[in-house]
Amino acid sequence: MTAPGVTAPGVLATAWLVARKDLTIEFRTRSAFLAAVTFALLAVVIFRFSWDPTAVNALDLAPGVLWTIFVFSGLLGLHRSFGVEQADRAVDALLAAPVSREAVFLGKALANLGFVTAVQCVTVPAVALFYDLPARGGLLPALLGVAVLAAVGLVAVGTLFSAMTVNTRLAELLLPMLALPFFVPIVTPAALATARLLAGRPLAEVAPMLRLLGSFDLVFLVACTLAFPFTLEE
Amino acid sequence: MTTPSLAGTPPAYAAPGAPAARPAPAPLAAPAGGFDGLLAAGVLALVGLVVRAVWFTPTEAMQGLAQKIFYLHVPSAVVALYLALPLVAIASGVYLWLRDDRLDRLAEAAAEVALVFMTVVLVTGPIWGKPVWGTWWTWDARLTLTLFLWFVVVGYLVLRGAVDDRAQRARYSAVLGVLAVLLVPFIHLSVYLFRTLHPMPVVLKPSAPSLPPEMRTTLLLGFGAFTLLFAGLVRARVRYGVERELLALREDGLDAAEG
Repeated sequence: MTAPGVTAPGVLATAWLVARKDLTIEFRTRSAFLAAVTFALLAVVIFRFSWDPTAVNALDLAPGVLWTIFVFSGLLGLHRSFGVEQADRAVDALLAAPVSREAVFLGKALANLGFVTAVQCVTVPAVALFYDLPARGGLLPALLGVAVLAAVGLVAVGTLFSAMTVNTRLAELLLPMLALPFFVPIVTPAALATARLLAGRPLAEVAPMLRLLGSFDLVFLVACTLAFPFTLEE
Repeated sequence: MTTPSLAGTPPAYAAPGAPAARPAPAPLAAPAGGFDGLLAAGVLALVGLVVRAVWFTPTEAMQGLAQKIFYLHVPSAVVALYLALPLVAIASGVYLWLRDDRLDRLAEAAAEVALVFMTVVLVTGPIWGKPVWGTWWTWDARLTLTLFLWFVVVGYLVLRGAVDDRAQRARYSAVLGVLAVLLVPFIHLSVYLFRTLHPMPVVLKPSAPSLPPEMRTTLLLGFGAFTLLFAGLVRARVRYGVERELLALREDGLDAAEG
């Protein structure tokens, strides 16, 4: 309860507090992060090993592999996002706090964004190493830009679905089932943009994909923030 | 669980559609039993359509008998994609606003029937495609979009099955129904991007305006039959939903009386 004379923090300040709480839990335990990174590295290796290296060029394979793994390893962290609130019914305390539900959602999404980006920081170099990507100047920043655009949309939709599925039977199975069709407009443009960047095409050719990713981010960040309170009320 | 009302909590923190503003649920009336005339008419229309398409419509010169699938495939696709799915979306959106249980049951019924019709589309498509296009499946924009929408509808129905609480199930599925509307243009755009990168052999579908009159009449009858069947199935499914809820209420009452 708010003490007299103490004002509740604003939306962004609250979001930051919620995100910091989640990231602190994750930093102290590191359980989900290590699991997601190990999963991502395994997937990178297995994908390459399951194709005949003389028949399929690693460069042709890399973009699809990168973004498929990005989505699947992201799902591991997203499921935990509201899973950690189940213990000791911590979610009740979060909801009883006099802060707006939208701020709680943005905080959760921000923490997930940190998680997904951190996993991607390991996956991209791993793909570059195992798939022998060209070490061209400007390629890494461009890939990072695509990664951030892709991550925002993934996290917006994934955080909402994590909140919806965590209380259900089949939670771990239901989250990918609901979320993956929504990730199609993330994986497809991201993989196409990456393929063109790897082929050394000019940035202008990548612009339509980046626009699609950006508009997906905008639409679903707003829609999911507005939809989140509907999933909580009892 | 109810959200504790905290003294000094500004009203801005209240969730949208807070319990106080919600209308009392309408008492459930048992649906009339007996013969379902609408559903029977829908089934009869479907039988009539098949009879007319197979025996009383000229066989297409190039495609032969395989083209008969057209009269099932196109009407079920049109009814599923342009009637059933918009109905799910609209019922979901209005549910979040009005919180009327009847809208939730309507969305559930329309989604189930949509899944059946879309499955018909996805099964008859390859059967028709193999002899005519020479392939079971092609990553054509329209096929891909239908396939992803099929996955969304399956996810919607599995979500409904996985949530026990009635009100929660209605809210979750309504949120998913509304978000799915926003998803459609994005899937369409990304499918289009994918397609421009890998050009496909252009396969022309027989388009409606160039159809000979007999075929056009059969196709129009197909639209009528499938719309009638859709209406009959949705109404039957809504009634089934009501009866299932009545049964659950009665069982709860018995449990309470015994306990």
